[in-house]
Amino acid sequence: MKKAIVIGGGPAGMQTALQLARRGVEPVIVERENALGGKLRNWHRLFPTFTPATDVLAELRRRVDEKGIEVHLSTEVESFTAKSVKLSDGRTMPCDAVVVTTGFTLFDARIKEEYGYGIYDNVVTSTDLERMFNEGRVVKADGSQPRRIAFLHCVGSRDEKVCQQHCSRVCCVTGVKQAIETKQLLPEADVFNFYMDIRMFGPGYEELYREAQQQYGIHFVRGRISEAAATHDGRIRIKAEDTLTGRPLRMSVDLLVLLIGMRANDTNAAFAAGAGLTRAASGFLQPENLFLDSVRSGVEGIFYAGAVTAPKTVGETVNEAIAAADAAAEYLSKN
Amino acid sequence: MAAINFGYTISQPRAIDIDRNNLRKSDEILREMPELQTCIGCGSCTASCTAGNLTEFNFRKVHTLVRRGEYQGAYEELNKCMLCGKCRLVCPRGINTRGVILLIKRKLGDF
Ligand SMILES: Cc1cc2nc3c(=O)[nH]c(=O)nc-3n(C[C@H](O)[C@H](O)[C@H](O)COP(=O)(O)OP(=O)(O)OC[C@H]3O[C@@H](n4cnc5c(N)ncnc54)[C@H](O)[C@@H]3O)c2cc1C
Ligand code: SF4
Ligand code: SF4
Ligand code: SF4
Repeated sequence: MKKAIVIGGGPAGMQTALQLARRGVEPVIVERENALGGKLRNWHRLFPTFTPATDVLAELRRRVDEKGIEVHLSTEVESFTAKSVKLSDGRTMPCDAVVVTTGFTLFDARIKEEYGYGIYDNVVTSTDLERMFNEGRVVKADGSQPRRIAFLHCVGSRDEKVCQQHCSRVCCVTGVKQAIETKQLLPEADVFNFYMDIRMFGPGYEELYREAQQQYGIHFVRGRISEAAATHDGRIRIKAEDTLTGRPLRMSVDLLVLLIGMRANDTNAAFAAGAGLTRAASGFLQPENLFLDSVRSGVEGIFYAGAVTAPKTVGETVNEAIAAADAAAEYLSKN
Repeated sequence: MAAINFGYTISQPRAIDIDRNNLRKSDEILREMPELQTCIGCGSCTASCTAGNLTEFNFRKVHTLVRRGEYQGAYEELNKCMLCGKCRLVCPRGINTRGVILLIKRKLGDF
């Protein structure tokens, strides 16, 4: 039986392995962390349906178990070719094909110093907020309830200053979803989303945006926050332009949530150099052809699925994984 | 001769009429600094602007109007800018905003 190594055990990796097994290929998942699931492990409920992330994760894990797929946890891949994968502990694993499903890296909000993440206690990221949702409460650093909460879109995306020009796609709808969940937990709170553009590309997303406005009374302000500073009483004072009125806007909030973007993994550079792959200007790995071969790398025997090539949703990722596995199986049937 | 009061005045049309506006200066400005065309209108510049905090001055609006061929008053407005450069620090498109201000003033100075 031909063997394919799946690098990364997030949603893309798990689904790729499952489909490879269905197509008669022996898959091996190599995952750096001590558990399967990738970023899905951090999320509480998924947009746009508020499906618990654990439902999706548990089902994928169950299927992987059921198929008896070989999984190596706490194992990091350092470099690879189509025929062998080198681990950071020095071992080498031979194979017949490789599917790269190493996903993305969350933008480190501390780099945008002007927003004070890591400096002011009540500036948090969307990932921190998911953790709070998992704990069932949204609170300030001192444990009290926030009365006024601002969300800022595009933190670490569409920003020349941090060398991230691309749009991360999922943060707009995440911001809308999180604003709604915040209102559900704290109906008395006032919630403001500061945006440059609202990108609601998926099915049900625009409807969710409308629901946020109409049912939940969430305020959308078209303007990017330029800076945040702490007040003497521990609140956060923000500056923006309300571009639709053309006037500067100032307000204090109890909690500022930064909707951090999806950026390319730093390892993509070394991977590309080692295997002869191409990287896009954004740093994500570049598929051979965006229309006809988006799961092929351009190098024989190396395939892509999921957020390693661009920001994607879980649904897009999981579907792409099927395509990648099929392409790999087809390649293996001929080689 | 006293003007006759008809009980109404004639308003100037408010529309930005691209057919009537002469975009030559605007084109020249964009040719010299094409990066200005990348503005996404996020308002970070205006939000951080020291002058805009205290006066009606709005850099985003001024340069957008100039790009549309609405030059009237732009030079005078830009005189309110203190060239402090805060706007440049925050622009997500990395536009050299102070350079834009100086360029517009140079191009419109003789207008
Ligand atoms: C704040 C936020 C909220 C989101 N919410 C939603 C949502 O509600 N609904 C939705 O559809 N999508 C959501 N997404 C998008 C979702 O997280 C992605 O679609 C999904 O995680 C992509 O899966 P992936 O497997 O491609 O990558 P990842 O989830 O990044 O998984 C990659 C895996 O590869 C492993 N790996 C990386 N490098 C190596 C290596 N060198 N060796 C071994 N293993 C390695 C990683 O440890 C990780 O487990 C959200 C994204 C963000 C940023
Ligand atoms: S999805 Fe929205 S918040 Fe995220 S980068 Fe794109 S425009 Fe910004
Ligand atoms: S340089 Fe001029 S426009 Fe920019 S922030 Fe300073 S005063 Fe405002
Ligand atoms: S900060 Fe830059 S992109 Fe934003 S409105 Fe000002 S000039 Fe345009």
